Amino acid sequence: MSVWEKLRPYSMVAPAIIVFSLFFIYPIFYMMYLSLFDWNFVSPDKAYVGIQNFKDLLTDSDFRQVLSNTTIYTLLTVTLTTSLALLLALWLNRKGVFHGFVQGAIFSPHIISLVSISLLWSWLMDPEYGLLNWVIGLAGFGKLAWLSHPSTSLVSLVIVAVWKGLGYNALVFIAGLQSIPPDIYEAASLDRSKPWTTFRKLILPLLSPSIFFLVIINMIGSFQVFETIAIMTQGGPVNSTNTLVYYIYENGFRFFKIGYASAAGVILLFIIGVLTIIYFKLLSKRVHYR
Amino acid sequence: MAKIELKQISKKFKDETIIENLNLTIKDGSFTVLVGPSGCGKSTTLRMVAGLEKQSGGEIWIDDKCVNDTPPGLRDVAMVFQNYALYPNMTVRGNIEFGLKNMGIAKQERERLIMDICGIVGLVPHLNKKPQSLSGGQRQRVALARAMVKQPKVFILDEPLSNLDAKLRNQMRTELIQLHKRLGTTFVYVTHDQVEAMSMGDEIVVMNKGVIQQADTPMKLYHDPANQFTAEFIGTPAMNMMDMRDMQGLEIRSATVPGYAGFRPEQALIGAGADSEGYEIEGEILTRESLGAENIYQIQSRNGVFFVKTFLAPLETMRHVKVTVPYDRLYYFGLNGERLRGVEASSKRPAAVGGR
Repeated sequence: MSVWEKLRPYSMVAPAIIVFSLFFIYPIFYMMYLSLFDWNFVSPDKAYVGIQNFKDLLTDSDFRQVLSNTTIYTLLTVTLTTSLALLLALWLNRKGVFHGFVQGAIFSPHIISLVSISLLWSWLMDPEYGLLNWVIGLAGFGKLAWLSHPSTSLVSLVIVAVWKGLGYNALVFIAGLQSIPPDIYEAASLDRSKPWTTFRKLILPLLSPSIFFLVIINMIGSFQVFETIAIMTQGGPVNSTNTLVYYIYENGFRFFKIGYASAAGVILLFIIGVLTIIYFKLLSKRVHYR
Repeated sequence: MAKIELKQISKKFKDETIIENLNLTIKDGSFTVLVGPSGCGKSTTLRMVAGLEKQSGGEIWIDDKCVNDTPPGLRDVAMVFQNYALYPNMTVRGNIEFGLKNMGIAKQERERLIMDICGIVGLVPHLNKKPQSLSGGQRQRVALARAMVKQPKVFILDEPLSNLDAKLRNQMRTELIQLHKRLGTTFVYVTHDQVEAMSMGDEIVVMNKGVIQQADTPMKLYHDPANQFTAEFIGTPAMNMMDMRDMQGLEIRSATVPGYAGFRPEQALIGAGADSEGYEIEGEILTRESLGAENIYQIQSRNGVFFVKTFLAPLETMRHVKVTVPYDRLYYFGLNGERLRGVEASSKRPAAVGGR
């Protein structure tokens, strides 16, 4: 075998490997490397500080709040999106012009840019002139502060995330429901199964792959939330909506604490990594199927 | 055990009428088979009895109760589906137990019933397996056990053997017959396979295009078909059918003029002696299928192509043969396919001059 024949396969995959290494693998390791330094992005010398950045992060009360904000945001977004989407899917899983229209309508936020969505919801949630407060006013309730008060700001962002994610989640559930053979329902009805029993004992277990997929995908997505926060709240008021990725961005590109931001990035990488491993471990155990 | 009565049942899907004015009585404790080509409405009929499909008109009675508005679970009917419809997330035990749980049967009693049934169908070693790790035959048994354990009045089986290979199908066929004898429950069975129907049913309902062609015992269906459809549907190879205009030399005495004459391949004789009386056809053998105990010949004659089946006879090697069909083995049908009875036939023979 000539040298060229041995090298040929490698040369074929080389472009992909090079691009992937350059833009995915290298930045990850460079970030890990930077997390051990104190650097301001412009000065030629970096000061090696060991794990000091991590120590600082974990004792910083702001960072701890950021972590808890991100966790609360993720838990709320994931539970609300998945459960509402499941209800919607159960309702939409039938033929008809109306159901088709609703399905398309709730899916449309998924294809709109998050920047537009953020601007739109900023207007809707405006405490003085927003449509939401006007509607609430009509119903006879007092005005809500929405994004401008720490007690409601995080929940407001959750509402936007759920609104955007609902359509996609419902679509995945509808696909899951349609993969359940109809004669299973018939067999259940002959077995005197009540609708609630059928849902709990058959539909839910048979949907478990979809549920599982969505929970993990939504979790990973929510942990990385950035656009809505950058546009709608900039992490405020009083740090109440500051989340991991926004915190990294602020420290890195506004305060130029690159080492510190990289350390936070490593922690985010760790969290996402753990979630991904859980996903693949459990997926290989294959919840129920077929 | 129960008698099932269908009274003037009709079924429409949107504008399409599948079944119109169907009347049928299924006897208590019988093994009734609905048979017909696909799309003839047999499965729809079955599903209406089970309550999975709502009839557009008419009444369904199980025993002395009209079940029109009874939901499927309360009709005391159990069903075996074509692809078994097992619950993939449950074990064999869970599948069988599900209906019992919904009926509110106590745990100990459930356990006893499950063990009894699984003993009968031989599933005891597989109780804790999930359906996907079972073979086709075992899944079939789970589906049967799940239906049997509820001790229903009526057993409904929708092409339950069509997903099995030929050998297993034959085995399950005999098992189902034995099971019916043992339980004595009314069985309603749907198939498109007439062999399956003939071998299993004690009452066979032949359907075509949503209309019952004939409901009778297997032997009556075979020997005394009510019309051309039944005559051609039952039996392999099918009954040979010939246009009367081509049947030269056949003289008939009948009130109505038949359009077609038919005879069964197994009742025609090849190269019979001069003493056998019957209608004679000459032809060329096109193909020979030798199956061991029986041989099937495809013969080209001036009346068209027809089949002849012989039993335990040496393979006919001649190319040109004379086939004799005894007169009393000829069936006559009108132009609309209805059976004509009481037709007498003989051959026009050249006038006997000084003996033959």
